[in-house]
Amino acid sequence: MTTATLAPRRAAAPATGLGATASQSLAMAWRGLVKVSRTPEQYADVLIQPILFTLMFGYLFGGAVAGSVKGYLPQLLPGILVMTLITASTVTGVQLREDMDKGVFDRFRSLPIARVAPLAGGLLADAVRYVIATVLTMVMGVIMGWRPHAVGAVASGLLVIFCAWAMSWIFAFFGVSARSASAVQGVSFLVLFPLTFLSNSFVPVDTLPGWLQGFVKVNPMSHLVTAVRELTAGGTGGADVAWALLGAVVVIAVFAPLAVRGYMRKV
Amino acid sequence: MNAPAIEARGLVKVFGDNRAVDGVDLDVATGAIYGVLGPNGAGKTTTIKMLATLLSPDAGSARVLGHDVVREAHTVRSIVGLTGQYASVDDDLSARENLVLFGRLLGLGIRGAKAKADALLEEFALTDAATRPLKKFSGGMRRRLDLAASLIAQPPLIFLDEPTTGLDPRTRLQMWDTIRRLVAEGSTVLLTTQYLDEADQLADRIAVIDRGRVVAEGTADDLKRSVGTQSLHLTVASHGGSHDEPGGPVAVTRAAIRSLTGQEAVLTPVSDGARLTAPLDSAAAVSDLLVRLHTAGVEVRELSLSKPTLDEVFLALTGHGAQDSDEPALQEVHA
Repeated sequence: MTTATLAPRRAAAPATGLGATASQSLAMAWRGLVKVSRTPEQYADVLIQPILFTLMFGYLFGGAVAGSVKGYLPQLLPGILVMTLITASTVTGVQLREDMDKGVFDRFRSLPIARVAPLAGGLLADAVRYVIATVLTMVMGVIMGWRPHAVGAVASGLLVIFCAWAMSWIFAFFGVSARSASAVQGVSFLVLFPLTFLSNSFVPVDTLPGWLQGFVKVNPMSHLVTAVRELTAGGTGGADVAWALLGAVVVIAVFAPLAVRGYMRKV
Repeated sequence: MNAPAIEARGLVKVFGDNRAVDGVDLDVATGAIYGVLGPNGAGKTTTIKMLATLLSPDAGSARVLGHDVVREAHTVRSIVGLTGQYASVDDDLSARENLVLFGRLLGLGIRGAKAKADALLEEFALTDAATRPLKKFSGGMRRRLDLAASLIAQPPLIFLDEPTTGLDPRTRLQMWDTIRRLVAEGSTVLLTTQYLDEADQLADRIAVIDRGRVVAEGTADDLKRSVGTQSLHLTVASHGGSHDEPGGPVAVTRAAIRSLTGQEAVLTPVSDGARLTAPLDSAAAVSDLLVRLHTAGVEVRELSLSKPTLDEVFLALTGHGAQDSDEPALQEVHA
């Protein structure tokens, strides 16, 4: 036996510096996108929900809330946009949990890659979902007669995508902590349902009973919805934009380390 | 002197109150195939997972090519390839996409990863199925892809966890050829198996694991010497007499086996008789035995010879049978 055959034939442990971590995360994100192209039904939530909800709520509540469908759209569209994206952000946790239970995860764990790459890749691939949902919701609104401020629409789209991405860290944390994918789904639904509906998304706040108004006003969803309304209406944002950005940054600061730590412990 | 491929001392892994691995020592030299033989639940997979850094040992230590599996886990990951018992490939990707993904993760460029994937697909005869969904793959194709994925980095040490379990005989032989080729090209292979003949065919040295411990270690010949090259199964009628009655047919048969083979037969009662099993080195002893029994007036109901099964190896080494029934005896000769 000679030394030549015994020595690793590849260069010793590849670095897991920032560059390597980024390229490994990109490879994992590519994997996520290829999977989606194989099973497009997984995108049903971001493909169908924006169209269905905009049509449904628009024609159902338009007359009652704002006198006409067209008059209701500037109020409704931001609500639908926020709700769709925040709902889509729960999928991150569910998919992460499903993924971690699969055999292929054993291989990821046995590879000399940055431990965080599969997590980061998943979150990266999910950003694509948010872009699709944002574009579809806005296009649907325009078809129905919504005329937002162009720059404001782009800015509000980016804001909501960023906030949804921040939220997905919360669900990623649920994902790595929960015992099964269905548990993640259950918990996510329980958190999201009141949060999205008990906000100013669909109805004017002053029609609500006082105690509910109190909740709706502190609900971060309301601030995000208001921020998007201001941006799409006039192209300028006020305090709510700042609040939404600050909230998103706080969520990332708290939940990203928690999710990564929980994930490292599992892998 | 080069570091040994694997050097494990007193490895322990406890799951709840189950000591899955209970003090395993292993010494594996480079450039050879090392077989770890044992029934389901013996601790084979857990041991491999600790050596491949997927699990951290609760006690003991292990070095892989001189690197500690706990303190230098990252380095160990870069020099070992692992093919798990359940194919660790992504079902939602095609074969080619799987290999490209793993190549990318291992630091190959896009073009390099694609070239490597194509070369491996060619080598493992998967080129025709390269873009087909994995869900339509047979068990053998899946294993081949899994093994191919383990070889992207050309690791000097490859762990194969039950590489042929569930494969049909032809695919199994192909897998054996592939494993032999890997070693011929300079890799070291550690494989686990439930099949004695597989360990016999492939491994230069074998460790037999039972209940989390190594109960025997040596070359295939060493092991076989302890159980005989064949097993004799003999059913005799006892005509109502007790099995341990001195001078009775069962006792006479036991004595005859003992004097001809030097081995103590294991006795299993059957209806109105007993089945005796003993290791046997040469089939020639059978004719002598039959003559003796005939002379003594013992009624032989059935006689068969078979290669030792894993169960018998276990019986011989541990005094209890393997928990899981194994493959049927390979060559039965009915008298």
